[in-house]
Amino acid sequence: MTADIRDHTASQHLADGPPGDAGTVLDVRDLTVSYVGPDGGTVACRDVTFQLGRGEVLGIAGESGSGKSTLITALTRLQRPPATTTAGSIVFHPSDGRPGIDLVPLGSRELRRLRWTSMSIVLQSAMDALNPVMRLGDQFADVLRTHHRGMDRAAAKVRTVELLGMVGISADRARSFPHEMSGGMRQRATIALALACSPQLVVMDEPTTAVDVVMQRQIMAQVLRLRRELGFAVIIVTHDLSLLLEVADRIAIMYAGRIVEIGSAEALYRTPAHPYTRGLRDSFPPLHAPLTTLHGIPGTPPDLRRLPTGCPFHPRCPVAVEACSSTKPPLVHLPDQAAECLLLTPEATS
Amino acid sequence: MTAAPEAVAGESTPVLSAVDVTKHFVVRGAVGDSSVVRAVENASVDLHEGRIVAVVGESGSGKTTLARMLARFYEPTTGEILLDGVPATGRATRTYHQDVQLIFQDPFGSLNPVHRVRHNLDRALRIHDRRLSASERRKAAIELLERVSLTPGEDYLDKFPHELSGGQRQRVVIARALAVGPRVLLGDEPISMLDVSIRLEMLNLLDRLRREDGLALLYITHDIASARYVCDDVVVMYAGEMVEGGPKEEVIARPAHPYTKLLVESSPDPDRVGTLSREELFDDAEALGEPPSLIEPPDGCRFHPRCPFAMERCRTQAPPRTDVGGGHWARCWLHQEGRAEEIGATTFAAALANRDKEVRS
Repeated sequence: MTADIRDHTASQHLADGPPGDAGTVLDVRDLTVSYVGPDGGTVACRDVTFQLGRGEVLGIAGESGSGKSTLITALTRLQRPPATTTAGSIVFHPSDGRPGIDLVPLGSRELRRLRWTSMSIVLQSAMDALNPVMRLGDQFADVLRTHHRGMDRAAAKVRTVELLGMVGISADRARSFPHEMSGGMRQRATIALALACSPQLVVMDEPTTAVDVVMQRQIMAQVLRLRRELGFAVIIVTHDLSLLLEVADRIAIMYAGRIVEIGSAEALYRTPAHPYTRGLRDSFPPLHAPLTTLHGIPGTPPDLRRLPTGCPFHPRCPVAVEACSSTKPPLVHLPDQAAECLLLTPEATS
Repeated sequence: MTAAPEAVAGESTPVLSAVDVTKHFVVRGAVGDSSVVRAVENASVDLHEGRIVAVVGESGSGKTTLARMLARFYEPTTGEILLDGVPATGRATRTYHQDVQLIFQDPFGSLNPVHRVRHNLDRALRIHDRRLSASERRKAAIELLERVSLTPGEDYLDKFPHELSGGQRQRVVIARALAVGPRVLLGDEPISMLDVSIRLEMLNLLDRLRREDGLALLYITHDIASARYVCDDVVVMYAGEMVEGGPKEEVIARPAHPYTKLLVESSPDPDRVGTLSREELFDDAEALGEPPSLIEPPDGCRFHPRCPFAMERCRTQAPPRTDVGGGHWARCWLHQEGRAEEIGATTFAAALANRDKEVRS
């Protein structure tokens, strides 16, 4: 355990932090990302704060334009101009007890040392993430030998077979090109590739959006087993809240660049505190429960260049009060979750 | 609805049906060899006035090909499309499309981006009724926009597609389809590219068109929960074949085909959260298999290589259609062998793990 001052502050906000005392692998504070343009900047992520525990699965759900993709490219430092991290810190805590490293000021050289060995990413489109003119085995060898200097070809081959085996791909597939594999197999291969150098954190951007439900289930079952066996933490980003509710330990809901609610999957499903979370949950018709007419959430997400005053959700909110249009809601901590809504404040509830 | 077909005593004639349609595509390889993709094999479906039929299945199961045959974008290799009980092949496609309209998945790709909403609607109105004057067409366009809840309609006439959100664009696409006064709408994954929070309003709109205007709808989706929400009947497709169909609650709550069971059990169901542990939820779910190639589909039942209940005859003989009561049917040998109750006995994943254990021992 690191006697880091951050752990102390984290313990004050139980709902933000991971359950249990397994330690923190990622500590994100007040992260703000802007797209800088000639007419100023558009803030796509604002004051994002959360902690991720070792081996935890954190889901991030949000609609298009909510800032979820901006957030993960910022977390992995893969963002390109005009996106710029304008404030905040992303502290990565190595498992060997060394002090935490803030990723925000790091240069490409230092980042390179962390990539794949400490954190890796699985992208949405496996076809684009894999090199179409390289055999699968060569792509694995490429990653392995870049990040483990001194690993010879034979050792890389052995490790490749082992990695493919972890996701249920037979060894002879190492000779295949990406186009010779099905979409599901390609996506599993990118997951194996992300795990090549035993990272402590794997970020997954819509990992199963391009595959069918049956393959989605198989992939998530594999990820959850590997997480149990290898102990890496996962941040999984998707618009599919119904899937996250099944796979994530905790879920963060993003709206207009902010995390408007974060808490355990069960709390967000059974007792969502933010009206947007409730609306999102009720946007998924049930598979077995009795049917009623559902309405989703009226209106459309706001334009980030012209955010509404006060709470950004108030124009679409079914329970908004007058103050919501002028007052920024504070983060209110509840036993199993935390949410930014004025109606949860002591003044409103009394 | 003046154009509604006359109801015959007992059962009404379907507005649109596919009767035993098959579609094979010939694909040519780089070196001159060619192979046949068996995209749809002997599929039949009836669309009735005021009813919604959902076609569910994974990508590559033939759902889109079926919709395109119903829209006459493809001619079936064998089998027939009937409009009001009359073979559609004799009709000019323009008059056919006054009755049958197809809505695509991608609202970004299906509107001409350089033209305003007014132009996009006006063209459809003009092509299908040349007698309308410009002012009548304008009035009709506004009415169409308001029918799909883009109110006030005037505000949307001069917008370009890029000025609209995805949901608004898809509404314009539906308005354009309605411009010709169709009796059948075929929706090919019409909501899958829209934001989650606005999907339901789209489904509610389809439901309204069915109830208020008596449209016959085909709703193609891979999302069983949304199919259940909006449709009356469900048809399940696997590898180009229809494997099960019937009233939605029957099919979803009591699947009569192992593939339907797999599909339903693989769909996220948040109601399970908290009642089952994550380990239980994902137990044995790692090796459920993948659909076969449609160039060389398996003999017999196309699902047999993945099926935990497969018997010897499943490998060689295609199963016949068995009616299990109440309009619910399935193509599975288990029903002929008196083993139907095994389907409901355990989860698909558990049954598969069990089979593999027996094979090993």
